[in-house]
Amino acid sequence: MTLLKEPDFGTPERPGGATVTVEVDGLPVTVPEGTSVMRAAAQAGIDIPKLCATDSLEPFGSCRLCVVEIDGRRGTPASCTTPVADGMCVRTQTPKVEKLRQGVMELYISDHPLDCLTCSANGDCELQDMAGVVGLRQVRYGYEGENHLDAAPDLSNPYFDFNPAKCIVCSRCVRACGEVQGTFALTIEGRGFDSKVSPGAGESFLDSECVSCGACVQACPTATLQERSVVELGMPSRSVVTTCAYCGVGCSFKAELRGDELVRMVPYKDGGANEGHSCVKGRFAFGYATHPDRKLKPMVREKTTDPWREVEWDEAIRTVAEKMRAIQDAYGPSSIGAISSSRCTNEEVYVVQKMVRAAFGNNNVDTCARVCHSPTGYGLKQTFGESAGTQDFRSVAKADLIMVIGANPTDGHPVFASRMKKRLREGAQLVVVDPRRIDLVRSPHIQAAHHLQLKPSTNVAVINAMAHVVVTEGLVDRSFVDARCEGFDDWARFVALPENSPEATEPVTGVPAEELRAAARLYAQAPNAAIYYGLGVTEHSQGSTMVMGMANLAMACGNIGRDGVGVNPLRGQNNVQGSCDMGSFPHEFTGYRHVSDDAVRTVFEELWGRSLLPEPGLRIPNMFDAAIDGSFRGLFVHGEDIAQSDPNLQHVSAALAAMDLVVVQDLFLNETARFAHVFLPGASFLEKDGTFTNAERRINRVRAVMKPKTGKHEWQIVSEIATAMGYPMAYDHPSQIMDEIAQVTPTFKGVSFELLDKLGSVQWPCNDEAPQGTPTMHVDAFVRGKGKFVVTAYVPTDERTTSRYPLVLTTGRILSQYNVGAQTRRTGNVAWHPEDLLELHPLDAENRGITDGDLVTLASRVGSTTLRARISDRMPPGVVYTTFHHPVTGANVVTTENSDWATNCPEYKVTAVQVGLAHPLERHAGESLGTERLAAVD
Amino acid sequence: MAAAVPSEQRMANQIAANLRHVPGDEAAEAIAGHIRRFWDPRMRARLLELVETGSDGLDPVVVAAAGLLARSQEAPTG
Repeated sequence: MTLLKEPDFGTPERPGGATVTVEVDGLPVTVPEGTSVMRAAAQAGIDIPKLCATDSLEPFGSCRLCVVEIDGRRGTPASCTTPVADGMCVRTQTPKVEKLRQGVMELYISDHPLDCLTCSANGDCELQDMAGVVGLRQVRYGYEGENHLDAAPDLSNPYFDFNPAKCIVCSRCVRACGEVQGTFALTIEGRGFDSKVSPGAGESFLDSECVSCGACVQACPTATLQERSVVELGMPSRSVVTTCAYCGVGCSFKAELRGDELVRMVPYKDGGANEGHSCVKGRFAFGYATHPDRKLKPMVREKTTDPWREVEWDEAIRTVAEKMRAIQDAYGPSSIGAISSSRCTNEEVYVVQKMVRAAFGNNNVDTCARVCHSPTGYGLKQTFGESAGTQDFRSVAKADLIMVIGANPTDGHPVFASRMKKRLREGAQLVVVDPRRIDLVRSPHIQAAHHLQLKPSTNVAVINAMAHVVVTEGLVDRSFVDARCEGFDDWARFVALPENSPEATEPVTGVPAEELRAAARLYAQAPNAAIYYGLGVTEHSQGSTMVMGMANLAMACGNIGRDGVGVNPLRGQNNVQGSCDMGSFPHEFTGYRHVSDDAVRTVFEELWGRSLLPEPGLRIPNMFDAAIDGSFRGLFVHGEDIAQSDPNLQHVSAALAAMDLVVVQDLFLNETARFAHVFLPGASFLEKDGTFTNAERRINRVRAVMKPKTGKHEWQIVSEIATAMGYPMAYDHPSQIMDEIAQVTPTFKGVSFELLDKLGSVQWPCNDEAPQGTPTMHVDAFVRGKGKFVVTAYVPTDERTTSRYPLVLTTGRILSQYNVGAQTRRTGNVAWHPEDLLELHPLDAENRGITDGDLVTLASRVGSTTLRARISDRMPPGVVYTTFHHPVTGANVVTTENSDWATNCPEYKVTAVQVGLAHPLERHAGESLGTERLAAVD
Repeated sequence: MAAAVPSEQRMANQIAANLRHVPGDEAAEAIAGHIRRFWDPRMRARLLELVETGSDGLDPVVVAAAGLLARSQEAPTG
């Protein structure tokens, strides 16, 4: 494929009912009312010269290059800011406008370096293009006058350069930062000739509020804002459209290459999830894929104390197969299992669970979704009948009230957050339910109507209190409930009990009753109210209960089944939704069908030619327990670092150390690999061919940008292990795996690579009833028929603060880093977050004699670690917060074995801890000893 | 440090606490149903063993649920 350049219509689309017909240079064109003359002309195939206009931004009318003549109108209006009118006759090429455009270009060029041949944007510069288009042949003003050519570049950002000498002050970057990203970090400083683009108040890009999303770079028509990789490597020559492998937003990108070398990732305008936007991780942080730490050869060792020995694939696969079978021979068929990864493609995940069920002969397969969104699967299945979010991302543009619960979208799901912020700037109201004052609570042009700053672990009490208000104040949507739901009366009686009132729950939750009542009324009375939630909901002992509580509230207020509403999980990893869909849970086949269902099991047995077990297998935490008691002895870990990401790491380490065989497949020798006997090198997303499914159930194609550096695809390796274990599994191409998935999964029946290549992406269910997918679920009826109200009693967590551990620790992630940091720590993103920090309230800090930047000890009843303190009033007194991106910190050393009652999802968000000043030598000792520094306490 | 509560006991008690609002016999059936649906057989066997040996701290409704599990012979060997 050559370099893919999407058309730029100059101004945004104005979808609507009424249309008007105009004539542009004699060509008739019919467009929606409100469309600009520039866009109408572009749709007629006529490109009007432009510099300050691009179709991702509202028209600005500053460059004056797009002037046209319109019959019957005076002057030469800018076509970008002039809307069409019925019968309008536009002339885009007249002597008058040609002369004006040349004059404008002369002025621009008189203050622009004439270094086109050596410029990094040569061949991709709109100024250069426009000079050609307008026929510029001379610059009458000369180049000797006052100019900006000596303006110093800002090279502070790790990924892009800012060269003000090349800036034409079109404001596209400033507008992109505001309109697209919603950060408003950039401004035009000064007036007239002194006007210049400035990040913040005279700061460098790195020190400013810039979040490095790349929107400004994307919008820049010159080389002023340019990817450093382009400066260093040159302009790419071909594109491959693929999907980002970071968070659950699932942005589409054009991977742009020179030969086989990846030069840059450019957000794809036709991407359904991101529509041309990106964040710092997807846009820039791909360098890990070629990092020297990456392992490309399989390795084996007898004992974990032995050095690794590089081997050929045949030997590695044979070793895994023989050792797994030997364990089964000695300890029974259920003594081995696997953990699949939400980082991998649907096809890879599918073959892993198939290997376990058909080749291992048990159901001991689980996925890392266990430790993040398993309560979503359980809770939404119970209430709505399907384990998935209800909306597409576009839906937020129709919401009048947005309630964000236990999520931090600007850090965790930044591209979706930009959509959300846009809607909030348009006037939608915001309620934030979070112990921490996340950025959304108050940011440029956004102010939450209510921030319910609840105490950690009291989500269910809060949602019940909101439901209490809805039921007792007559705010229930009776027509929706009567027509579409069941179990309402029992539930309504329960939430109406006095103990669920906001006044009664205030001492428990810490949320002022009046504020909670106001928030509940706002939610219930908004025409369209949408709930978006994250791990601050699920990673609790009542994670599943809270998911059902939110579903109850949404049904009670009729907020299901149309645009602008819904219950929407913001999934953590790129393919959390997909890995769950693909039958990675030990109790379910693909499409969330229980293994005990004879009819479903028969489908798989007939296709796979093996008898399958009707009993659920072990979940991840159960695998660890079973390893320690000796009944589980062999584990295949596919693309997950459980020795860093899972809670109570001492327990995890003990379990891994107890196993006879640990097989790790990953890009890097991660923490888990310290316990491994076989290491199978994995492929980066740039080498994968398959699909990811994002948080809105959108199945996106992942296309290989290059061949696997390891020589094998991961689905191929898994298939070869299964084959070596005596269960032949062979595919020639991942599309065949998707065909098999479609064959056995009713919600995927219509999905194929061919369809995805044709439509770009599709949201499941995709089948005979919905051949082009389902953006909004439960429109006329719930998947389970009637929506089911479930009583959600609040049960306090067992994790209690004590005099010894008086604070509550909650964890999360930051914009620039990603989960255990295996990828982002190996990129320029370390510029923003070189270490994990412990945020604590000034009062808690003062009581302990802690000042900002001090090294502190963080201890819980299961372990302790050291890290630096950051004093912050974002946390309420009594609550501390940290991230878990760096293994040297090992934040999960202190998290406990508490988990969700229904799914065993760990309670990461609530750990009783103590914080104190660390001895100066502690960190030093920790760094040199790796995780061995992590002493048990008690 | 006090002896750790066996995982199966802790988890079963937690399920019982979250289904406390379910009346009488229905609660035991709901707990048994949940365990049947989500627990590996060896975990169910371990729970029955804990009930059999009278482990301290088992919720009475869990004991009742374990009875249902045992009667329905839903606790095969691990």
